[in-house]
Amino acid sequence: MRFAQQPWGLWFLQTWRLTRMELRRNLFTWRASWIYFLAFIPAIIILTHLVMDSHPPSAMSEDTAILADIIQFYYIRLAVFFGCLGIFSRLIRGEMIERSLHFYLLSPVRREVLLLGKFAAGSISAVLLFGAAISICFALIYAGFGAAGRDYIFNGPGLGQLEAYLAIVILACLGYGAVFLLLSMMFRNPTPAAMLVWGWEVINPLLPSLLQRVSVAFYLRHLMPVSVAGKGIFALLTVQTEPVSNWAAGLGLLVLIAVVLFYSCYRIRTLEIRYTTE
Amino acid sequence: MNDRIIFEDVSKFYGEVLGVNRISLTIPSGITALVGPNGSGKTTLMNLMTGLVQPSSGHISVLGLSPGSATEFFRDVGYCTQFDSFPRGLTGWQFIFDSLMLHGISKTEATRLTRESLERVQLGDAADRRIAGYSKGMRQKTRLAQAIAHHPRVLVLDEPLNGLDPLARAESIALFEELGRQGMHLLISSHILDEVDRIADRVVLITGGYLIAEGNIHQVRQEVREKPMQVLIRCDHPELLASKMFAINHCVEARLHADGKGLLLRTGDIDQFYSSLNGIAAEGLVKIEAVAPADDDANAIYQYLIGSDGSAL
Repeated sequence: MRFAQQPWGLWFLQTWRLTRMELRRNLFTWRASWIYFLAFIPAIIILTHLVMDSHPPSAMSEDTAILADIIQFYYIRLAVFFGCLGIFSRLIRGEMIERSLHFYLLSPVRREVLLLGKFAAGSISAVLLFGAAISICFALIYAGFGAAGRDYIFNGPGLGQLEAYLAIVILACLGYGAVFLLLSMMFRNPTPAAMLVWGWEVINPLLPSLLQRVSVAFYLRHLMPVSVAGKGIFALLTVQTEPVSNWAAGLGLLVLIAVVLFYSCYRIRTLEIRYTTE
Repeated sequence: MNDRIIFEDVSKFYGEVLGVNRISLTIPSGITALVGPNGSGKTTLMNLMTGLVQPSSGHISVLGLSPGSATEFFRDVGYCTQFDSFPRGLTGWQFIFDSLMLHGISKTEATRLTRESLERVQLGDAADRRIAGYSKGMRQKTRLAQAIAHHPRVLVLDEPLNGLDPLARAESIALFEELGRQGMHLLISSHILDEVDRIADRVVLITGGYLIAEGNIHQVRQEVREKPMQVLIRCDHPELLASKMFAINHCVEARLHADGKGLLLRTGDIDQFYSSLNGIAAEGLVKIEAVAPADDDANAIYQYLIGSDGSAL
């Protein structure tokens, strides 16, 4: 069958409907509350800081650096990583544990379409949560500076930085999401494998340059709009061994995501339902 | 052969554990019962047929389609599994409606089919309640409704009568019979052999992953020649009939019926038996009122071929 003859319209419709179902089931449930907590706890801390402390204009550059630290060390290394682990490993493995995946596999939906629909739902959930959380953090950081803060956002580099942070969080959600979706199909309990991935991401700057490219954090580091100088052990996370342009970093990560999703599509075609072994 | 379900030399191994071994089967339309003890490979066979597990070797074709082509395959196939679990937080209506929406049909059509299928299984009143609050029988009906909602041509039912009360069981059987009459392929696994016997056109006996017998229940019974067949004869002089029958070599046992107006005979050659019986009737010494096979059913075949302990004899 030729490429053009495939029922693309039907596949698109099925992907869209699957995504909506998954969003309804996954985003607005009590089980997702820990991910909300993970996403919004910095915003609560920044809000407290905003209410309790004064914000002289001279502190703005310091707060800008703090926001960059929060995004690089907390969101990308911790919250998005573990949030995506929770969201994406539930999509396939969670349904196997709950013994309900077979309903999807018995529907007239190509397994690749099923996987991509679930991936889209997980990505939208993660991006909505973490994108909203980072936007709120950003707004709260500069809210205390009044007119100077507004000027920094709208007439200075602020808005560009926010766009870069959002682009980073989108790529991080897609990248980690694709990796955890694959791991959840490969392992009954994907958490140990995810911890290995986390370790790999941490030691990434120490690896040979070719191996560094097999990493989500490698590409994200190069997209940071504000350079972060980590201190002590954190310095390890911010080492940039070789410079990579923004477009190359973005494209490199998208290629990595595509490769992982392609392999996931291959895995799901041979996935078997054997709940007794779960 | 695009109107049949075909298993060609299909084997499935779970690691070193045998699921089914070298199964070759051709199943025409109508109701086919899959009978065997627990762990015999019935569910594996159904899962293989619907692509939930992949064969280690061999080939399966359902009306000329393969489960690998999910878009076409699952428009024609519905599978009511034994797994008593559902996606969380859904009502019966949402569950079936969502399943239908994945077919790519319009909302109006999905609404119509959802209502129709829920009414067919008598679950219309509970449609808006969460499945988590359903009884086991209601969950079974929900799965059945989901499997038939899109009007498949092939319906695979794994223990569909489990958990149902007698009334619901009778309603389900009536539904299966109706679907069978409409020309659908129904493959039903069940432990309730009396009911299987009532509704099935054919039987597939499986144990230990091996196919023991398949075909029309009466033909399969006749092929089990080493087990004498039992025939109940209602007549006015059962003692006389017994003495005449014992004069024939193939008659191995005769028992008078409790009411004194019948005789239960066991014969090793049913064709010869009927021929002899015709001769006796023609003599006019014994007035024969009725003749009926007494062990020509799925239960007897199961006992003869598999045994009560589940091991093939």
